[in-house]
Parts: sequence; C-alpha cells; structure tokens
Amino acid sequence: MATQSHDVEALIKKRYEHGFHTDIETDTVPPGLDEDVICLISNKKHEPDWLLQWRLEAFRAWQKMKTPTWQHIKHAPIDYQAISYYSAPKSKDDAPQSLDEVDPKLLETYEKLGIPLHEQKMLAGVAVDAVFDSVSVATTFKEKLHEAGVIFCSFSEAVQNHPDLVKQYLGSVVPQGDNFFAALNSAVFTDGSFVYIPKGVKCPMELSTYFRINAMNTGQFERTLIVADEGSQVSYLEGCTAPQRDENQLHAAVVELVALDDANIKYSTVQNWYPGDENGVGGIYNFVTKRGDARGNNSRISWTQVETGSAITWKYPSCILRGDNSVGEFYSVAVTSNWQQADTGTKMIHLGKNTKSTIVSKGISAMHGDQAYRGLVRIAPTATNARNYTQCDSLLMGDQCGAHTFPYMEVRNNSAKVEHEATTSKIGEDQLFYCRSRGITEEDAVNMIVNGFCKDVFKELPMEFAVEAQKLLGVTLEGAVG
Amino acid sequence: MLSIKNLHAQVDDTDILKGVDLEIKPGEIHAIMGPNGSGKSTLANVLAGRDDYTVTAGEILFEGQNLADMAPEERACAGLFLAFQYPVEIPGVNNIYLLKAALNAIRKSRGEDALDAVEFMKLVRERMKLVKLNEDLLNRSVNEGFSGGEKKRNEIFQMAVLEPKLAILDETDSGLDIDALKIVAEGVNAMRSPERSMILVTHYQRLLDYIKPDHVHVLADGKIIKSGDEQLAKELEERGYEWVKQEAAAA
Amino acid sequence: MNAVVNNPVEHFQSEYARLIGELDNDPLRDERKAALERFAATGLPTKKVEAWKYTDVQPIAKRHFNTTQAAPPIDVGQVDAVRFGDLDCHELVFVNGRFNAQLSRLGDTASGISIRSLAAALADSDSGIGARLGHCLGENTHAFTELNTAFLQDGAVIEVARGVQVDKPIVLLYLDTATDTPTACHPRTFVSLGENAAATLVESFAGLDDSSENLTNQVTEIDLADNARLDHYKIVQGGGKNFHIGSINARQARDSRLESHSLALGGNLTRTDINTRLEAEGATVILNGLYMVDGKQHVDHHTRVDHLVPHTNSVETYRGVLNGNSRAVFNGKVYVHRDAQKTDAQQSNANLLLSKTAEVDTKPELEIYADDVKCSHGATVGQLDEDALFYLRSRAIDESTAGSLLTYAFASEVVAQIKLAPIRERLEHIVLDKLPQTEQIGEFV
Repeated sequence: MATQSHDVEALIKKRYEHGFHTDIETDTVPPGLDEDVICLISNKKHEPDWLLQWRLEAFRAWQKMKTPTWQHIKHAPIDYQAISYYSAPKSKDDAPQSLDEVDPKLLETYEKLGIPLHEQKMLAGVAVDAVFDSVSVATTFKEKLHEAGVIFCSFSEAVQNHPDLVKQYLGSVVPQGDNFFAALNSAVFTDGSFVYIPKGVKCPMELSTYFRINAMNTGQFERTLIVADEGSQVSYLEGCTAPQRDENQLHAAVVELVALDDANIKYSTVQNWYPGDENGVGGIYNFVTKRGDARGNNSRISWTQVETGSAITWKYPSCILRGDNSVGEFYSVAVTSNWQQADTGTKMIHLGKNTKSTIVSKGISAMHGDQAYRGLVRIAPTATNARNYTQCDSLLMGDQCGAHTFPYMEVRNNSAKVEHEATTSKIGEDQLFYCRSRGITEEDAVNMIVNGFCKDVFKELPMEFAVEAQKLLGVTLEGAVG
Repeated sequence: MLSIKNLHAQVDDTDILKGVDLEIKPGEIHAIMGPNGSGKSTLANVLAGRDDYTVTAGEILFEGQNLADMAPEERACAGLFLAFQYPVEIPGVNNIYLLKAALNAIRKSRGEDALDAVEFMKLVRERMKLVKLNEDLLNRSVNEGFSGGEKKRNEIFQMAVLEPKLAILDETDSGLDIDALKIVAEGVNAMRSPERSMILVTHYQRLLDYIKPDHVHVLADGKIIKSGDEQLAKELEERGYEWVKQEAAAA
Repeated sequence: MNAVVNNPVEHFQSEYARLIGELDNDPLRDERKAALERFAATGLPTKKVEAWKYTDVQPIAKRHFNTTQAAPPIDVGQVDAVRFGDLDCHELVFVNGRFNAQLSRLGDTASGISIRSLAAALADSDSGIGARLGHCLGENTHAFTELNTAFLQDGAVIEVARGVQVDKPIVLLYLDTATDTPTACHPRTFVSLGENAAATLVESFAGLDDSSENLTNQVTEIDLADNARLDHYKIVQGGGKNFHIGSINARQARDSRLESHSLALGGNLTRTDINTRLEAEGATVILNGLYMVDGKQHVDHHTRVDHLVPHTNSVETYRGVLNGNSRAVFNGKVYVHRDAQKTDAQQSNANLLLSKTAEVDTKPELEIYADDVKCSHGATVGQLDEDALFYLRSRAIDESTAGSLLTYAFASEVVAQIKLAPIRERLEHIVLDKLPQTEQIGEFV
C-alpha cells in the first residue's frame, strides 16, 4: 500500500507573501489616546471644527463603552494606550501632488504587492487609492473619473474639497456610538477613501483601495464612505496586507455605504492581513464595522469578502434594506488556519416592502483555526413580502479546528419567507480518493474540492480579485471547458 | 498485466483478504463473484489504493510495477481505473472539468501533450454516445443529483474517455434496471480490446449475460476458492454459493 | 402578610425563609441554601442574557408568587377532561405542584419499578433521593432551575431496575388551578432507568382555569444507563394567564436512547429548556417539538445537545404555528466537543406565520470542535404554500378549509411521531380545535 499522507495541512500552511517591511521615514505620534491626540490628528489634517467636535463626541462615547465579549474569540486585552494613533510616511510637502512626488520606496512597496500605482502599468479599468498606514498615498485615474463626475479620493481630501457631502453622510449609516470599535474609529480615524457617484452615472471603472499597515505599534483606523446617488452604479474593491511582526496590530475600520433610489453598490474585499505564525504569534486584530444602507427604492448593496488573513477577524458587513424592493447580498469565504480566529457574518435588516437578501457563507477551518458564522436576519413588521435565503457551510480540515454557526432570525411579518440552511462536514476522504483515483494529485484534488466549495462566492468577485482570491486559497482556477 | 500473489489486506484491523492469487493477461475479462462480505469490494479498493485498506502480506504487480508503492493517482496514471460501486458526489466541481483534469494528468504522465478544449470536447462527444449519457450531465457537479443509473453510466463514460489498461468495475450492475444494465454493458463491450483487461466484480450473474468473461472466480472469506469459465457463473446462479464453499472446505 | 418587597430576589428570599421554617429534617437543606445563593447572585434573567434575549420574564418578576398557599379542592370531572381518553397508565396527579393521592391512579407495579411522589421519597430517609437530585443538571442551568432546587417540595421519582420494561406508560398530570393570589410551585421529576430498562413517561401540564396567574417552575432529570430507552412526552396546554418554566435535563450512557416530544399548546408564557448530554458511544437523542400559539401567548424552546464522545447521534425536528399576536422562540444548539468524532447531528425548525402580528425568533446553532462530523441544520419561516392552496381550491375546497388542512398537515408531521395512540389522537384533536373549519378537515385526516 502506498504511504498516503493526507496532509491537507500542508496545503493550508501557505507562506505569507506580504510579510516584508518597508523602511521609510514616518511621522508617528507617541502611543496613547486622549483628547489631545484627537485634536492633534484633526489639526494635522486641517479639519474643520465640526469634524473635530464629531470626533470628540465619539471619543467620549467610547470611553463609556466596554469591549464586546459576546464574540467567539479569545485574545489578551488590548492596551489602547500602547497604540500609536497616527503614522504617516514623512514627505517634504504636506501631500504629494502627483505620483512623481510620491516616495519611490512607497511605489516600490505597492509594486511588490502587485498593486502598481503608475497608471500606465495599471490593470486596465481599475482605479486605486493606496492607503499606507494611516494615510492615503496615491489615487490613480483621478482625471478620467473626474470626467465622469465621479469623486474618488482620500478621505482627507474629501473633507477639504467636498465638506458638504462628507458632513451629510458621515456617520449616517454607522453612528459614532454604534459599537466599541466604531466609536474608537470615529474618534481617531486618519484616512480612508471617499467615493461619490452622481445621479445616473455608471462608474466607468472598478474602484479599489489598497490598505497596507507598515509601521510598528500603530493601529490603522481608516474610514470609507461610498455614496451612490440615484440610479448610479459602482463596484469597489478592497485589499489589505501587513508586514510580518511578532506583535499584534489593531485594525479598526469603518465602512459606510449609502445607496439611493435605483443605485447599485458592489463592495468586494480580499483581506490578507498578516495572520500570525504557526504558533499564533503576531498578526492583525481586525475589528471592522461595515454597513450599507440601501436607502432608496430599488437599490442594491452587495458585499463579497474573502477573508484569509488576520489573527482575529470580527466583522459583519451588513445591509439595512430601507427602500422598497431593495436587495442585500453577502457572499463570504473565510479561511482560518494556524491559530486564526474569525467571528464573521452579516446582518440583513429588512424594513422596506419586497426587500430581498441572500447570504452565502463558506467557512474553512484548518489546524487550530476557529471560526464562527454569526448572522442576523430581521424582518420588520413593515417589510411586507420580504425574502431571505441563507446558506452557510463549514469545511473542517484537522481535528483541532472549530466551526460554529450562530444564525439569528427575527421575523415580524407573516408575508415573509426566510430560509436558513447550514452544514458542517469534513473535507471528504471519499471525494479526495475519487479525484486521486482519476489521476489527480492530492494537492490538486484538495484545491478542486475547496474551490468547488467556495465557488458560489468566487463567482461574485470581480475577475481580478477572483484570481487573487483563488491564489490565496492555493487553488487553481477551474477552466471553462467546452 | 496484473499479477496478485498471496494478497492479505485489512480494513480497520479486520482481515478481509486472506491470500488472493490472480493472474490477468492483456485483453482478458475476469469476473469476480462471491457472496456479500466475501471481500470483493475490498479487493477492488485495494487495487485502486484506498486509504483505510492496508496490505499486510503478498504483492500486486501491475505491468511489473509494485502497486502497493503507488498513490491512487499514480495508479490511475499507470492505466488503472476503478468504476466505483458508490460514486461520490462532489458539489461545485464540474463533471467535465474533473474529466479534463484527469485526462490531461494521465496524458502528462505518459509524456503526451494536454488536449485543448476542442480536441477534448470532440473526444467527449464521441464517448458519450457509448453510454447514451445526457449532455446536461456534463456541466453538472460531479455526480450531484444524478440518478443511480446516471452515476453508473458516468463511471463507464469516464472509463471510455480515460482509456485505462485495466478497468475494475465494482458492482457496476447493482441497482440498475435491465435497460440501464444493457446500456452500461454495451459501453463496456465497446471498450474491449486485446490490450485492455477488465475485472468485473459482481454479486449477480446477469451482468455476465451481457459481458462475456474469459474467466470467472469465486471469492469467499477472502480467498479465491474456485475458478472456471462463464459456465461457472451460470452454475452459481442456479445453485448458489454454498456448494462451492463446501467443495473448497472438503478440499 | 409579608411586607411588600419589589425586588424579585428579595421576594424569593423572604419566601424561602418562610418555607425553611416549615420544613423539618430537610435532607436538601445545604443544596437549597447554595441554590438560593446562586439565584440571588444573578437574579432573574434579563433580556441582556443571551438565553433570554427574546423572552421577557418581567411579568414573572413583577408578581409576588406565594409559595405555600394550598390549592382549592378540584373534582374528578375536571381531571377527566384533561386525561388522555382511555390510556391505560400509571398516573400520578398533582394539583398546584402537590401530589394528590385521591385523584391519582397508580395501579400495581411489577418488581423493579418504583413510582412515587417526591414528597414521599424525601420523607423516606432510606430513599437516598436527597443525594441524587441534581445529578443530571449540567452547567447550563438557569436561575429558574436554582429556584426549583431551593423551593422544591414535591414531584415524582421513577426508578426502573436493569432489564425491566415498564408495562404501561407513566403519566404525571400536573394540574394548575387558580388561587386567591398567584402561587408558584417548583415540582421536580427524577427518572432513572437501569441498564436495558425501558419506559414511557408523559408529563402533562394542564391549566384548569383561564384566570390562574400561577407559575409552574418545573425541572425534570433523566438518567439513562447503558442501552436504556425512554420515550418522554411533555405537553403544556390550557390556562390563558399562567406561566410555565420547565427544563428537561438528561444524561445518557452507552447506546441509550431518549426520544423527547415537547408540545406547547397553551399558557401565557411557556418556556422549556431541554439539555441532554450524550456521554458514551452510541447514545442517541431524538427531539421532536410542536408549538401552536395564538392571542398574546409566548412560547420559547431552548434545546442543547452535548455530543461529548465519538459516535453519538441527535435528530431534532421542531415546528411552530403562530397566530394572533403570539410570539415563538426557538433556540437549538448542537455542541460537538473536541474528539466527539463521527457525530451525526441534524436539526430543523420550521415555522408557519398565520397572522400579520405574530413574531418568530429562531436561532439554530452549531458549535463544533471536532472535524469528522456530519452536522446540518435548517430553519424556515413562511406561510402556507400558495400552489397547494390553489390546488385545493381548484378542487372546490374553500380557502379557510384549505388553509386549515395545510396547517394541520404541517403540524401533524410532529404529532404523527407520537407512538402512543391515545395521546396522539388527543393531540390531533387539540391541534384541530385550534383551526377554523375543523369539521370539514376531519374528513380528510
């Protein structure tokens, strides 16, 4: 008999490819958090007073809040005074005026990450806003977007150039005091991306933000706000990496999406923050609040996420389906291996009539990985004819991992149809053997099965991200045959 | 082509095969029959290299290579094919994609170029006719939602595309109605050639009405206790297995 | 009368002091005291406690239940009305939690079978029951279970020796009747089946008066030895204003099998927790449940199956029909512990919402720490199938009857699992009585 090491772990033990560190001069404030630090951040960014006051309100709310404990995650307490709340690459001027002024080391960093910022080298049809530690370092294709009337810029720029829009929408989906991490973010956020798609405009290209945590002992607190005005459409991509460090780093972002009547927002994430090593040392603590408000009638918000990184993921991209006939979607693949922990899922809050939501969650746990799907589907009394379908599957590899499912369904309207299905199973030895007996190597067989398992989610990703996502899982793209 | 000598095998620490000897020459069809629990399926799975099946003694030579040293995929590349008794469902994995990947893996091991999509589809369409496989099954997930008969036909279709040197058909006839059985048998007969050998593992003689074996063996309690030609199968059908067992016990 | 106290913890503490004063030679003295202290530490659960997120016990907290008030006499006719027809059984009747020998029909029991009231067992110093109570309560008990331990005075003790099959079903009929001021009772059922023993136990809670605002806070313990089998039925019905909080706590040894049916068909607020621990290979639990609520009724089922070792199985099927302003909560948790490989757990919860103002909150949970498992769950909330309704109507059945018929069909998937014919038939009637146009349906079913 052949010696058969069904060592699926080997497949999962992928090396973290983005673990390098960029040696660059930074302007970093000392660790610690109080109102002075918030004033300093606001001041450095030349913010109007209303925004400073908004931050301070959030800070005061945060001080009264406790770290949530309901999630299925264990970690040592986070010392919020040991974190530096502002770090920016030092440059001669306040902000680079064009790519030529961007520090070549930064450009090199993004090249290494496969995110070239030089427009001529760009993937056609994708505009990128690169956020390095706390600040946006470059936004590409600005001119072309400007022609279409699309605003795509760093959050700091938006505060300066489009204060009315920021003021109108900031915090309108995720209020300052929404939860512990959102409150912290609202107090100290340093940058992020801002997108506004005017009425009736179909954004001419994919928009993308690439987040990179580089500096030590810094937290990254970016804020993304996307507003799709009536009848507009946008597809937005987000990618994340961080250097390999032994310390845990905190990432607490907030993403707010607003879709007005007939607007359509598609938000895709490939999260590949440093997950820590095989002993559970280091890695990003990712506590993120993402929420979309399908405010207008016939609006649509779609979240797709592939979560392979972070030591801890705490994240529930959600949709408030306020407008009649609005649609919310959540497609997720989450992989936890080594000692990674993830508590992730979504909320679909049905308020409008004929609202529809779809949730497809695929969790893969390997080695000591532990993950929970946590989802809420709420059908309010006003949501006549609401529909939800939830499919939630877990694949287990190795006897030390865990997979948990906590779906909440609250139905207060009798015309609603809500369906939830979940399965948990081992990666099938039968399936592996079947593939191998047809001449396919074990690794390829695992790839095929995992890829098949995740297919419903991958097909929702824009092409460029689908490729990256599949690479991340170590899977080969299924060829279109015939 | 295949030479099994004194093969002993265990499943979950239980001895199932207790000294099987079998010689198969190119072009021959051997039927292995026997009562339930005699070790027929174990033999098929041991040949294909299933994990939980441990060879404790004896050897299996396939074209001079020691099978026991080979992983299941290596065996497949070497020209071995098992048509499963219970083909597994693999959600999300496209049937035709699996087949293309399998074929190209086998071609690669033989030093042949991969078939492109056009050549591959040409082959597929030609071979589909052998088992009257419905085209929409091609683009479904592997075996998912297939009827019992469709699963078995899909196995034979895979065999027709992969063109193995030695095919082991594990209870391919079980659960088939007579029409489906005829289709499967026609497919198998079309694949007969002087270079290709087959092992038909079956509980019933009726498959052998449609696929004529060169040799028939009776496996009981982990050993081949009687061998003969197709006449033996007919005798088994009429008289059951008990007399063979008694004869073997007496000898 | 006691001084008026507003805080429920203080109220129960003062009731406790009164109760203790009346008990002599109490074998449970230390356990009661410890339980009351644990209760006092947490108080009654609030909606911030995850397990009580959807069930507000304020109506219970607000009332100052008397623990010792005697029940008024009731007559046999009232009991007959809630009995299960001609079911031949060993029957113990309890009125407001206290055993009533006159109304009971115990009958002869074969050797190896002991069925008696808990009060009798506690009074018998040789019974050793004091030391055994609490044996099946795991870590997942709640404040009401602590109250039960602190206040329990009566209930039933059923012990079946190894190899003995109890010939007839055992029925515990818990009757609730109105008292001058609301009273609370805290009965405890303790069931122990020896190796290869088998029994059927029916615990039926019936409210005799719609005016009763009493609280029944009941706890059942089930201890199953190797290969023991228990079919357990819990039926809650009647009483428009009373409260029922109950828990079933089981420990299962090798190859044992517990089949639990929980039917919640009445009461103001009904909460049942079912916790079972599958402690050895081959242990199997089947959980069936049906809740049918109307008006302002609130029903809550929390089930938890702990798969502790390899090769254990659970199958759970709960269905609910909601009408009026009613609310139903289902929380089913399957917990597969590390190393409990080859666990096979299936769970499903389906709900039918028949009115605009009914609400259902369902949460099927899987918590899994082993990899070689087969677990699945599903939950649905919906209405009657429109195609089926249309089909029936196109066959000349009026809309109301068609609706009742389909609702009945939905509920009967659970009722049909009941093996005891007299109980099944009675429940069929109870279900039918809750639907309009039942005369016509009778012809179909």
